[in-house]
Amino acid sequence: MNETVPAAKILRSAERAEAPAIAIAGLSKTYKTGFEALKSVDLTIRSGEIFALLGPNGAGKTTLINIVCGLVNASAGTVQVDGYDIIRDFRAARSRIGLVPQELVIDGFETVWATVSFSRGLFGKRRDDALVERVLKELSLWDKKDSKVNTLSGGMKRRVMIAKALAHEPQVLFLDEPTAGVDVELRRDMWAMVRRMRDRGVTIILTTHYIEEAEEMADRVGVIRKGEIILVEDKTALMKNLGKNRLSVELVTPIDAVPEALAAHGLEIADGGRRLVYVYDTAAERTGITTLLSDIGKAGLRFRDIETSQSTLEDIFVGLVRDPQ
Amino acid sequence: MNVHAVAAIYRFEMARTFRTILQSVVSPVVSTSLYFIVFGAAIGSQIQTINGVDYGAFIVPGLLMMSLLTLSISNASFGIYFPKFVGTIYEVLSAPVSHFEIVAAYVGAAATKSIMIGLVILATASLFVPLQVQHPFVMILFLVLTAVTFSLFGFIIGIWADGFEKLQIIPLLVVTPLAFLGGAFYSIDMLPPFWQAVSLFNPVVYLVSGFRWSFVGHADVGVEVSLAMTAAFLAICMVIVSWIFRTGYRLKN
Ligand SMILES: Nc1ncnc2c1ncn2[C@@H]1O[C@H](COP(=O)(O)OP(=O)(O)OP(=O)(O)O)[C@@H](O)[C@H]1O
Ligand SMILES: [Mg+2]
Repeated sequence: MNETVPAAKILRSAERAEAPAIAIAGLSKTYKTGFEALKSVDLTIRSGEIFALLGPNGAGKTTLINIVCGLVNASAGTVQVDGYDIIRDFRAARSRIGLVPQELVIDGFETVWATVSFSRGLFGKRRDDALVERVLKELSLWDKKDSKVNTLSGGMKRRVMIAKALAHEPQVLFLDEPTAGVDVELRRDMWAMVRRMRDRGVTIILTTHYIEEAEEMADRVGVIRKGEIILVEDKTALMKNLGKNRLSVELVTPIDAVPEALAAHGLEIADGGRRLVYVYDTAAERTGITTLLSDIGKAGLRFRDIETSQSTLEDIFVGLVRDPQ
Repeated sequence: MNVHAVAAIYRFEMARTFRTILQSVVSPVVSTSLYFIVFGAAIGSQIQTINGVDYGAFIVPGLLMMSLLTLSISNASFGIYFPKFVGTIYEVLSAPVSHFEIVAAYVGAAATKSIMIGLVILATASLFVPLQVQHPFVMILFLVLTAVTFSLFGFIIGIWADGFEKLQIIPLLVVTPLAFLGGAFYSIDMLPPFWQAVSLFNPVVYLVSGFRWSFVGHADVGVEVSLAMTAAFLAICMVIVSWIFRTGYRLKN
């Protein structure tokens, strides 16, 4: 294809080298039912990162992804992919994107090889058997290449959908709940695949309900709730800043109420009075553990054991989504 | 122009055709053969020639047109309805393809299929009646124009339909009656004047008439009028399709 390159595009190409993978500004979506699924979302995805979008059911994750991929029309706002507007420069924008949708939709009458090759052609790429072979091998689908898709198991079908999304060598990969209903082993395989993609420079945006997955994979985490992005942060910073540690003290003799002498520590009673639970901020300078333990001794309580645990991303997430701020 | 994408969709659709070659080709051939046996051989032997044309030869263009119409509509409507129904349409909608390219690929494949079947039916017909084609170029022109126009019409139905019933209802309630009353089996001037006038509102009359002219050199209405009417219907379908894609009607939320 010989497309002449207008001067404006050449000028813009310098900016584009710096352009984020995805730049979303003021994105809103009101469905025909009148439901407002996205409320002026601003979000920037950096080139080469793994970004996990978390949010409860119906938060608007799929809506957001579908708008970027051209499946849903936005009501307002703009989206740029690698500096290309998804409407005005839809060819340039879309050819950079690979999408693995949330639902398992695939033509069962086709062979694995045919359907993956089809996707490559659809995205405007010349036939490349070696590449399709590599993609199928990486997803452990090579021995199934001549099988009809509807003879495969659900997990294999999902891998075929990933293969389809990778067939045109996208720079940005959207995985909308890639591991829903997938067994543990396959999930590990997928994580390995996602890391390999990232190592090749592909930007990955995934949504998931398995917080473990975000914790394991993501560089940054975004939390969406009722159509609003309520937080975007580096994963490690997030866990450090919002993470809480728990100290649990197992008592020799159960108690009914926190003794007056310990009131200042804000303790809670758990396990039918057999435990005292103290929650402290990991980031704080003084945790107050030393004074707490000595005060417990002074109050005449004897303890058998002490346990500490760190809050997981899941605890943080649940806290955020239940009561923001 | 995303040539690879158009080729990919076209090839995919043609592969689907060849996978179901039995239904696709055999059933129209069998049904038209039955028409020739019943109308051409059995009834036709009792009917004198129409405008100097043997009845068997007279019904060939009309029958071919009827098959072409219904096949084009069903091929194209199913071709787009199926991925919409299954959900696989997401891939096409997220691909770097323009609306024009999507339509060209789907409609092109559906039209190719019905032209191929049309030619098979023509060959079948030649086994039953002596055929003559006086204006082969006009014949091919009508064949292609009709296949494309009604594939486009079928594409619209496939997008509009949100259930299998709707997919069937227009072909069943509108197209079949119009096709039967389109002069496939009779000449319009055999009708009483009132019904002749009514017939002129039936677009199929123009198709059959123009097509028959290319075979036997005689027609109910002028061949230019036939061509113009077909082109007009094509233009209407194109306007509707471009509106569908502009608004994302039944394709995007
Ligand atoms: N076509 C539609 N018409 C009307 N409302 C819709 C439509 N699609 C989605 N919605 C609504 O928009 C909201 C967001 O849906 P969306 O699918 O984006 O959520 P999600 O975050 O992906 O949820 P999940 O985790 O369950 O996949 C939901 O309340 C949903 O009911
Ligand atoms: Mg979703």
